[in-house]
Amino acid sequence: MSFRGKVAAVGVGLAGIGEAPSLSHLDLTAMAAKQALDEAGLSFSDVDGLFAANLQNIFAPLNVGEYLGIRPKLSEGTQIGGSSPVAHLIWAALALDAGLIDTALVCYGSTQRSVAGKLLSPSTSEPLIYEMPYGPRYPISSYALSTSRHMYEYGTTREQLADVAVAARQWAALNPDAFMRSPLTRDEVLESRMVCDPLTVRDCCLVTDGAGAVVLTRSDRARDCRREPIYLLGAAMAHWHRQISQLPDLTVTCASETGPRAFEMAGLKPADIDVLELYDAFSINPIMFLEDLGFCAKGEGGPFVENGGIAPGGRLPVNTNGGGLSCVHPGMYGIFTVIEAIQQLRGECGDRQVPDAATAISHGNGGHFSSQVTAIWGRQETL
Amino acid sequence: MPHPLPEGPDERYAAYLAEGRICIQKCGDCQRHVFYPRIICPHCHGSSLTWHEVTGKGIVYATTVIRQRPDKGGPYNLCLVEMEEGVRFPGRVEGPEPEDVKIGMTVAARIKQEDGNPLVVFDPS
Repeated sequence: MSFRGKVAAVGVGLAGIGEAPSLSHLDLTAMAAKQALDEAGLSFSDVDGLFAANLQNIFAPLNVGEYLGIRPKLSEGTQIGGSSPVAHLIWAALALDAGLIDTALVCYGSTQRSVAGKLLSPSTSEPLIYEMPYGPRYPISSYALSTSRHMYEYGTTREQLADVAVAARQWAALNPDAFMRSPLTRDEVLESRMVCDPLTVRDCCLVTDGAGAVVLTRSDRARDCRREPIYLLGAAMAHWHRQISQLPDLTVTCASETGPRAFEMAGLKPADIDVLELYDAFSINPIMFLEDLGFCAKGEGGPFVENGGIAPGGRLPVNTNGGGLSCVHPGMYGIFTVIEAIQQLRGECGDRQVPDAATAISHGNGGHFSSQVTAIWGRQETL
Repeated sequence: MPHPLPEGPDERYAAYLAEGRICIQKCGDCQRHVFYPRIICPHCHGSSLTWHEVTGKGIVYATTVIRQRPDKGGPYNLCLVEMEEGVRFPGRVEGPEPEDVKIGMTVAARIKQEDGNPLVVFDPS
């Protein structure tokens, strides 16, 4: 089964990036959705497939559908953490290709910053009884454990981790929508407050508000839309565990499975990719995803990112919007990996534009390195 | 005839702990040990899991220090211990300063009372 090139993104929207006091997550979702549909030249009444999961509604498609006045023929609310909106692309592609729906709206919104502490939280809604007695600080303590093992096995250094945060900030400085744009140095990261060793507060993603939306349709219809269609060339998902204590090797995520599957569908290899948007909840994430997705060998992610390797002008453009570390991270970041990839391929990213970008990866991560979803996008000429 | 329901594995584990024994399951089909407790083996999906007391010996597999203000109790260790049986326990090494807990350290499990419940923690060995 392949849906290579069968569907395309025809509109994207962003709203409330950073702080959005007085607005609800559904308000923000609506603003992003309207922008995405306007871009596509479509309307809410065209949406017959709704894809939504968030951290403020257990039955998210119901709340979002009701608020937006959408009565979908098909809705999907897979909740596997921050990667969920990327996973929704797979279901949207299948439903579009099968003719069950004609227009898919994938959307996410959160007011995590403004409602601090009132999100659905694993620690209250779902106690993990064998880990919780030891006082984990979810999710960072799980990522810190992985980082400790990666450093032990491969000699990855705190400086290399810091360089991931510095690169994100340098990209954010080129993005007027990014929440944190002031200069950041390696030393500042190293000297900032330690949260869970070896991760400091600057190794951790932001806590912001924000919403994003993507409209997809079948490629034959996409050509009639207002904006240049960006085609979904391949996508794959996997999950191996819920709790970090159940991941057999803490240095290998199931991106090692989703990467090869997505590349196979796309008929591409890592060297063919021009832009990477890798879910950076923590500075260790891009290092492990570069390895697991095949951009470097296992254990070489640290040297790969060191000294500006993934910064503007570096060897590979990664997280060109500033990522979850410096642009936006409202609880679940997945949708923003998709939006930035599409905007890069449409060539509308201004100072941060990667020249002649024709292919891009959106990689979502969820839980505690638990779920991984890889989507590969391309312009018309890649079909 | 309805089948009788088995004893809940979480309850069985807790009952052993309350008796002062750390017991985990072993699969009679694939012979692998299983933790946390389950009704089916996650490796071969067999259902012949039986309980065995662990040796308590393990090696720190991953570790972190959770930084907490002194007035809230100060920093503490959180780690994963690879047990001799091949399963991994979430836990905490007590004794050394939390940042002195290192990957590769050999440790021994101990049951302590914490918040009114028995809990497995680890000592350097």
